[in-house]
Amino acid sequence: MAQPAGHRAQQPCTNGPVQNQLMHPSDGQGYSPSVPGLYSPQMPAKVPPHQPFGQYNYSGTQNVSQLNNYQGPGQTLNRPPVAPFPGSPVQPAGPVPQVLPPTLQNSAAVSSAAGFPPGASAAALSNWQYGQAPASQPAGSPASHVAHVAGTGSAQPPTLTGNTNPPGSHQYPASPGGPPLQNSYMKPGSVPPPVSQPLTPLHPVRPPLGPPPVGGPPLIRPSTMVAGPPHTQTLLNSAANREGDAAPAASDGSVVQNSYDAIEGGGLVGTPHPSPAAPNLKMNRSVGYSYPTLPPGYQNTSPPGAPGMQPSALQYPDGAKHFHQPALGTNHLTAPMAGLSLQQEGLRPVNLLQERNILPTTLLKAPVPNLHEDIQKLNCNPELFRCTLTNIPQTQALLNKAKLPLGLLLHPFKDLSQLPVVTSSTIVRCRSCRTYINPFVSFLDQRRWKCNLCYRVNDVPEEFMYNPVTRVYGEPHKRPEVQNATIEFMAPSEYMLRPPQPPVYLFVFDVSHNAIETGYLNTVCQTLLDNLDLLPGNTRTKIGFITFDSTIHFYSLQEGLSQPQMLIVSDIEDVFIPMPENLLVNLNENKELIQDLLKTLPQMFTKSLETQSALGPALQAAFKLMSPTGGRISVFQTQLPSVGMGALKSREEPNQRATAKDIHLTPSTDFYKKLALDCSGQQVAVDLFLLSGQYSDLASLGCISRYSAGSVYYYQSYHHKHNPIQVEKLQKELKRYLTRKIGFEAVMRIRCTKGLSIHTFHGNFFVRSTDLLSLPNVNPDAGYAVQMSVEDSLTDMQVVSFQSALLYTSSKGERRIRVHTMCLPVVTALSDVYLGADVQAITGLLANMAVDRSVSATLSDARDALVNAVIDSLSAYRSSVLSIQQPGLMAPYSLRLFPLYVLALLKQKAFQTGTNTRLDERIFTMCQVKNQPLVYLMLMTHPSLYRVDNLTDEGALNINDRTIPQPPILQLSVEKLSRDGAYLMDAGSVMFLWIGKNCGQSFITQVLGVPNYGSVPQNMTHLPELETAESIRTITFISWLREQRPFFPILYVVKDDSPLKSSFLQNMIEDRTESALSYYEFLLHIQQQVNK
Amino acid sequence: MESVVFIFSLIDCCALIFLSVYFIITLSDLECDYINARSCCSKLNKWVVPEVIGHAVVTVLMLISLHWFIFLLNLPVATWNIYRYIMVPSGNMGVFDPTEIHNRGQLKSHMKEAMIKLGFHLLCFFMYLYRLVSKIV
Repeated sequence: MAQPAGHRAQQPCTNGPVQNQLMHPSDGQGYSPSVPGLYSPQMPAKVPPHQPFGQYNYSGTQNVSQLNNYQGPGQTLNRPPVAPFPGSPVQPAGPVPQVLPPTLQNSAAVSSAAGFPPGASAAALSNWQYGQAPASQPAGSPASHVAHVAGTGSAQPPTLTGNTNPPGSHQYPASPGGPPLQNSYMKPGSVPPPVSQPLTPLHPVRPPLGPPPVGGPPLIRPSTMVAGPPHTQTLLNSAANREGDAAPAASDGSVVQNSYDAIEGGGLVGTPHPSPAAPNLKMNRSVGYSYPTLPPGYQNTSPPGAPGMQPSALQYPDGAKHFHQPALGTNHLTAPMAGLSLQQEGLRPVNLLQERNILPTTLLKAPVPNLHEDIQKLNCNPELFRCTLTNIPQTQALLNKAKLPLGLLLHPFKDLSQLPVVTSSTIVRCRSCRTYINPFVSFLDQRRWKCNLCYRVNDVPEEFMYNPVTRVYGEPHKRPEVQNATIEFMAPSEYMLRPPQPPVYLFVFDVSHNAIETGYLNTVCQTLLDNLDLLPGNTRTKIGFITFDSTIHFYSLQEGLSQPQMLIVSDIEDVFIPMPENLLVNLNENKELIQDLLKTLPQMFTKSLETQSALGPALQAAFKLMSPTGGRISVFQTQLPSVGMGALKSREEPNQRATAKDIHLTPSTDFYKKLALDCSGQQVAVDLFLLSGQYSDLASLGCISRYSAGSVYYYQSYHHKHNPIQVEKLQKELKRYLTRKIGFEAVMRIRCTKGLSIHTFHGNFFVRSTDLLSLPNVNPDAGYAVQMSVEDSLTDMQVVSFQSALLYTSSKGERRIRVHTMCLPVVTALSDVYLGADVQAITGLLANMAVDRSVSATLSDARDALVNAVIDSLSAYRSSVLSIQQPGLMAPYSLRLFPLYVLALLKQKAFQTGTNTRLDERIFTMCQVKNQPLVYLMLMTHPSLYRVDNLTDEGALNINDRTIPQPPILQLSVEKLSRDGAYLMDAGSVMFLWIGKNCGQSFITQVLGVPNYGSVPQNMTHLPELETAESIRTITFISWLREQRPFFPILYVVKDDSPLKSSFLQNMIEDRTESALSYYEFLLHIQQQVNK
Repeated sequence: MESVVFIFSLIDCCALIFLSVYFIITLSDLECDYINARSCCSKLNKWVVPEVIGHAVVTVLMLISLHWFIFLLNLPVATWNIYRYIMVPSGNMGVFDPTEIHNRGQLKSHMKEAMIKLGFHLLCFFMYLYRLVSKIV
């Protein structure tokens, strides 16, 4: 998985952006047609035939847009499909300010409004395509259109479905990209009205964007402007009348461009006040023509004109929330309309006590920020960058009032199927805050851009004027850097403190008697042997091995030796490296010797009776060995370290497990933390594999990974014979671990707009200075979270941006910077804050905070804090937002799942009480909370339950000729289980297949491959691959679920009398357990507190 | 005798003032990114114990020489110093922990604490000075 991104990256290096193909087509489409189209509207009477003047057309666009605005809501409907190609419309703005500066009330406003769409739209197109299956891209411009249309279509199921299908299928294959895509598209449909509003406010941020393109052309050919006096008039109108509307107008203009028909129609449009209906029709039709995919149904919706707004609202109930943005809007025409139906949908309070079926049947998607669609399309994929509040409160007071945490959840190094890579000698950054140039900066003119984080005006360097994608000079706003929220730069030498390090891997094995007993060494060595060639690296890759019991064994792999030579160091008080040069050797040059060692290693210690474990000294030795280069240490440990530095004592008292008091979540020594910081300083990361039957004090040991940016794997009671399923798990996860992408000597910085500040970080790393995270290694499976506060109120800002920049050395020895930028709107009303709440992100962040709390205070404190988070936010909502006090427990629609998720957290292993959770297991779950990306964390917290005995191909996904059924997700309650069904519970790192007592005979025979219920084996963990359709469906579904994550969930088949039944029932979040409330009881408890 | 007590207290208080200033400077260096968290914390942790002792000595001295008011004034601060030192979790590297200092506004609270102590010590300084002068004159 890791490789594709890397490979793709390689090609682009030469010319820079990968997007070439993408961008070209889209540009071509958008721009060239637009020219004629624009033109005609501009001077309808005078110069209709005159199409050649591309530049002039822009002003035409302006007119068109103007018209649209007048028409009001009805018009907006047209926009959605069109919107994607606003690129050209931007330019109109330019002429306007320049030609008529005096008349304009607010030239800036106009320009900004107009300016917005250009950069944004084009970028958006390309950007989103990344998410899609690569297949769509080569197709070029038509493809992009199709895809886009498809997106819209899918958003509007009623009318569009028919046509949508072909493009829709594109989207699905890209599993990650797909969903977000749809979201964004959905929005366009619904968004238009509100969109116009946010736009205007954006002036400060983005206004300049318009001008640059505009400024250039119009200036050059003033004569044309003169040529069309009427047109200037119209311009005037538009400018004067509505600064706010200018933006939407621009996007409308883009619509026009797309379709030639529109151009002709443009004549009509060109007049300042055409009848609203007529143009509408025209527009629609034209759109329809140019894009055959657009279903007729779509046209139907638009004709209604002004009332059109409502229908749209109805169509997209989901998108509804985006509409609501009265505060931002200046567009008086559309705002109220949007408000009526839409606002209610998003803000509609849900009475949690009455509405029992609130769990969606598909995986919950991230809310889409209420931004202009063109900006939103550019925005970072929510899987990479997510904010708990997609509407940022303007002041800390407002944030405090909402009682919701503000923070970001990041997955910065996620494997991406499409990633633009830019090679350029200068990386354009803000001179004062060092922000990388991104899609949300504004261009004041062609030579200057304004940083969107600190608002400093910077010069555009000469090289940046040339766009390698389009091979055009003078279009800095179309550079890939400004078109993609996620981009990777090849860093020049300024970004290196030393030459890029080679990939260095050191494996440290515990070979004490206990370790040999578990038999892990066989599995690990074998997996390592199998994957030796797949280790990410190049010709410089180095590898080394250390084993330890009460002494430390080094292995010399010197060239010329016939077999590896073992060197034993028994002085563990003062560890030294016996032979510094041949312990870490080049993988390629010494492969045979290494393979030899891996084959013999498992047998070498079989007779060992040494029970002591000197982990501390072994780690010190490993650190000494690695410190000259940096790299990755993988430690396999099976017991509590007992001798030398870092020896630990058992602290677990089994009879205290049940109480939340006095459990040892804090490390008992600072040895591992100090060592981890030393490692971090030398760019060494330590990954810990703990395969242990008894207590091993993960709380202390885990520090070694936590502060050196490593990862922790825990295999409870690992044994090659007694627990064979763990062996498979270890194999699969180790394979992923060994072959996944890796970044060395990395640092990550998270910047945010002036006024916001980050105050707490969660994840595995060391915070070296206020906003700099030191990550000796970075891997694609690690997630991070930060908490933020609003330091200075964000007055006058319509949007804020966040940027994470990850500088790392790839396994090929290249220095690279991966930059993600996200833009979110600022709101002033409490109701808007609730409207934009992202319940999953909030839950994820709260879980992180709760882990901190349980470590620094106690577990029960943390649990109380979680419950209070729900109570506080719901009572704040009740008292400040709800005008009518209704009985019941009211929650905003966006937070309807909040109590459920918090209850799930309380029942999660990390925070649960009253059951025999082993201390190490609990701490491991806490590590996972801190280190897992949000998607997996949510799955572990709130598993998905599917009924699988009646899988059908209805609504199934098609990926690579595989048909993957998509059963609906059920609520986690035993009442949803039926005795004659079979249910799959996907809890992230484990899966349960529960077979009901009266389960259909066909399922038992055709999927489980046994004659009857009674003969289902007690500890079944694999489904037989049978030739029946049912079996194929079930197995593809399960393997599809497994493929989506970097770890290997074990599948347990659970019957009524299985010992695992209790674990299965434990995950039934909505039900009552001996020590925890049921969902309904929990709601009653909250209601009681809220209504107090 | 009394003057000796106050002369000693003055010297001790000066040292504590310097220490507070040193804390403030180092912390603000960290805030401005001039030094990294690791070196900042190891620098500061070195001086935590001397500070505790320095302050405890003055407090005890005041108790012995029966200056009740000054003793009671010093007592809370001395107690806080000792409490803070004792309550460091076993896994942390001292009162100032490099892995925690950037979290949950710890840096700010450390800074605030150092400022308050500086103010307190200045107050004490002038009080001792006054007592000393009034004694001598």
